Amino acid sequence: MNRNIRIVGVAVLGMFLALFISTTTIQVFQVNNLANGPENRRSQLADYEIERGPILIDGTPIASSNPVNNMYRYQRSYANGPLYSAVTGYYTYTQGSTGIEDAMNAELSGKSDSQFFAGLNRLFTGQTPAGAAVELTINANAQQVAYDALGDLRGSVVAFDPATGAIIAMVSTPGYDPNGLSGPDQEQVLDTYNQLLADPNGPLQNRAIGGDMNPPGSVFKLVIAAAALEEGIATPDSPLENPATWTLPGSTAVVNNPSHGSPCGSGETTNLRIAIEQSCNIPFAQLAVQLGDDKIRAMAEKLGFGHEFKVPMTASASIYPDGPLDDAQTGLTGFGQFDVRATPLQMALVSGAIANGGVVMNPTLVESVLTPDLRELQGQQVSEFGRAFSAETASALESMMIGSVSSGVASNARIDGVDVAGKTGTAENGDDEPYSLWFTGFVATDTTHIAVAVVLEDGGGMGQSGTGNGSAATIGQQVMKAVLDG
Amino acid sequence: MPSTPDLAAAPDTRVRVPGGRRRSTQGLRNLELALLVFAVAIFFAAILLVQLGASGGFDFNVITMPAIIAALTFCVHIVLRFIAPQADPFILPIAMTLNGIGISMLYRLDLAHVAAGEESGFASAQMIYTAVGVVMAIIVLFLLKNHRVLLRFMYISMALAILLLLLPLVPGLGDHDAAARVWISIGPFNFQPGEIAKIALAVFFAGYLVTARETLSVVGTKFLGIQFPRLRDLAPIMVVWAVCMGVLVFQRDLGTSMLYFGLFLVMMFVATGRISWIVIGLVLVAIGGVLAYNFMGYVNFRVHAWLDPFDPEMIDASGGSYQLLQSLYGLANGGLIGQGLGQGRPLITPVAESDFIISALGEELGLAGLFVIFSLYLILVARGFRIGHQGIDDFGRLLAMGLSFTIAWQVFIVVGGVTRVIPLTGLTTPFLAAGGSSLLANWIIVAILLRLSDTVRQTPVEDRE
Repeated sequence: MNRNIRIVGVAVLGMFLALFISTTTIQVFQVNNLANGPENRRSQLADYEIERGPILIDGTPIASSNPVNNMYRYQRSYANGPLYSAVTGYYTYTQGSTGIEDAMNAELSGKSDSQFFAGLNRLFTGQTPAGAAVELTINANAQQVAYDALGDLRGSVVAFDPATGAIIAMVSTPGYDPNGLSGPDQEQVLDTYNQLLADPNGPLQNRAIGGDMNPPGSVFKLVIAAAALEEGIATPDSPLENPATWTLPGSTAVVNNPSHGSPCGSGETTNLRIAIEQSCNIPFAQLAVQLGDDKIRAMAEKLGFGHEFKVPMTASASIYPDGPLDDAQTGLTGFGQFDVRATPLQMALVSGAIANGGVVMNPTLVESVLTPDLRELQGQQVSEFGRAFSAETASALESMMIGSVSSGVASNARIDGVDVAGKTGTAENGDDEPYSLWFTGFVATDTTHIAVAVVLEDGGGMGQSGTGNGSAATIGQQVMKAVLDG
Repeated sequence: MPSTPDLAAAPDTRVRVPGGRRRSTQGLRNLELALLVFAVAIFFAAILLVQLGASGGFDFNVITMPAIIAALTFCVHIVLRFIAPQADPFILPIAMTLNGIGISMLYRLDLAHVAAGEESGFASAQMIYTAVGVVMAIIVLFLLKNHRVLLRFMYISMALAILLLLLPLVPGLGDHDAAARVWISIGPFNFQPGEIAKIALAVFFAGYLVTARETLSVVGTKFLGIQFPRLRDLAPIMVVWAVCMGVLVFQRDLGTSMLYFGLFLVMMFVATGRISWIVIGLVLVAIGGVLAYNFMGYVNFRVHAWLDPFDPEMIDASGGSYQLLQSLYGLANGGLIGQGLGQGRPLITPVAESDFIISALGEELGLAGLFVIFSLYLILVARGFRIGHQGIDDFGRLLAMGLSFTIAWQVFIVVGGVTRVIPLTGLTTPFLAAGGSSLLANWIIVAILLRLSDTVRQTPVEDRE
């Protein structure tokens, strides 16, 4: 019987060996996999125990974590929620997060690679883990002015420094209060979230860098003009045909200038300068057909169309439609209609390229990342996206845009004593749909660097009677003035 | 092996031979006392650390009840000095350590419940059950002067086991809220009769196999190099198999079913030494498994949750893999050295106090802590096997083997289920998990093993078979 007992003893040893192996596998080898496993409540809660770093503007927090007496230990609070909602995004315990909260989560929660040793150090010195602070490039004054100027309208403003890519203002209205989503009561959070989601004005959409993008309309003419100048098929003052109406080739659709049935300017011929100043459609439709969609697309892509910029949250890629397009479609894209779609960020980049001598800078919101002991983990990341066109083309475009403000249809963007370059747009969304109103421009001085783009959906509240100059240019002017004055 | 005499009827042939192989009684008991002091120190330290970890301070008032438990185990020690001086010195301290660790973890879960604004009180209940269990162990030590007495109760044990197994099915007694119908409720008390039944079964199996081993050892035909028994000798194993299947079908209790069948198979193997019984047993398990998998929804479900706990459908399903998954996350959260007592999040795993207590322990004590716990079980089981190995009569050997194997087997079924070695079945982890009947049963097992070990050493070597 003893032999049998020994055999069973070996079997029991084998059973326990299996348990030793299985627990070792789980507790040593699968730790990282399991930590990221589906519905891992422990990992979620562990995130909340970290004192999340603040989001700062000029050292003042617009988002910060405050100790609270519930299972989450800290609660996120936003100093001026709706004003900055397009920037900060929201941070929830169970519904994910957006904006800087999401894009800079690794740094804010202290889990980025560069924070590894700092975190380890705090662990051994018995301090609670804390995330890094993210300082933004936003100019608080410009942001407030843009937000106030948009008021109750549905739209967005983006302003940035064309030389560095630093974003100065980013507003999307209607905004929302992220405080409503950061509370500990998850049912209430879900309620608020669903209400925001169901709101027909789409407050959760960040129109500055995404959402349902608008057709750019006449502001897209800058892209066509850039391509035409680069290709040498036109100069600002070379003569262009000047018919009163033009039927798109291969179609029955008739293109009109802004005053229906009138030619562009009073002359027998017109030119690029007049066409930009008066925002005529026919010359640009004709130039577009002459260029062909491939060349327009190539210029658009050099300016950033088709690219998802990381600001650091991902901006939707603006769209120039895939080819091949027929001549009628290409003609419509000449003044930013058909399937062209753009974000305000993209249109600000177009202005920025002109202001910056043809070079597109990668836009960013992050100025620096600072550890809790104020060591800089990361400075401002200035990088070039690429050169879109020559400096000559840039200066030609600049002079025409200045004309558009000083003596053309973008007159509402004028600022006393400073040259302002600008271009308006009034884009159609369909026969009975309200227009999308646009303005993009920049301050044409060597000392102040600001390029801006404004979009107003729903015709700026005026349906089909709104114009880019009437509403959008005024807002652009106020934001640029705020930076100049500030 | 010589032919087996009728041991129950045999006169006590033990003679205390001067100069025969005997150990110093004093030495054994002093070793036990030292280990017991150590075990109690671990228990108190664990309770206080739980408090420090969970609430950041000490409140020495909570030591009162643990002190009573400790005093009771010292009583067992003193009782042993008088009525079983040669008893194994490791069994009592190990049982005390495991029981203490279990109470500490339940106290930890209580504190977590309080933090979440709920009431639980697992620890106080567990300490009362422990006290009852330890007192029961003392009673058993007093009543059971000679284990061979149990042989007379062999058929009564069988009847008792069957009665206990049927109890939960009696209308009005069974607790039908639970998924598995293994509980009975009498007034405010819940009782899991299957836990007590395992002792009765071990007694019955040991007694039955002592008388039947000759017949069962008879070789029939040879197949695939293994000698198989005659067809007519298959009846007992078929009966046990049928009973276990009954448990599986009517009580929906996979764990208990596995526990009993495994116990019978191993005891049968120890008695006969025939591998063929194991092969037949495994074939029967396979048949039962395939039937259960195809015709019993919950068995099918368990297997799926075992194979792919990460399947989103499985996670969300009622009775799916959510619990297993959260327990795995808890173990992973513990890692090598654990989060520290009172500092993990064991409450996230549903019903961490019973089937999943090992995951709560793994989260706070880490792999290091679990290895210690497994090693304690292994030593406890090894001591039991040692008693079987040195045993003086076949009944005692089989009984010691059977009882210690139930502990090993039960640990394997529960912990293997939690760590995905086998599908999750659901049994209590001996000494650790919350549950009065389980504690009572295991303390009775401790008492029987102590009595057996004393008998073994009291008997001079030359008197043994």
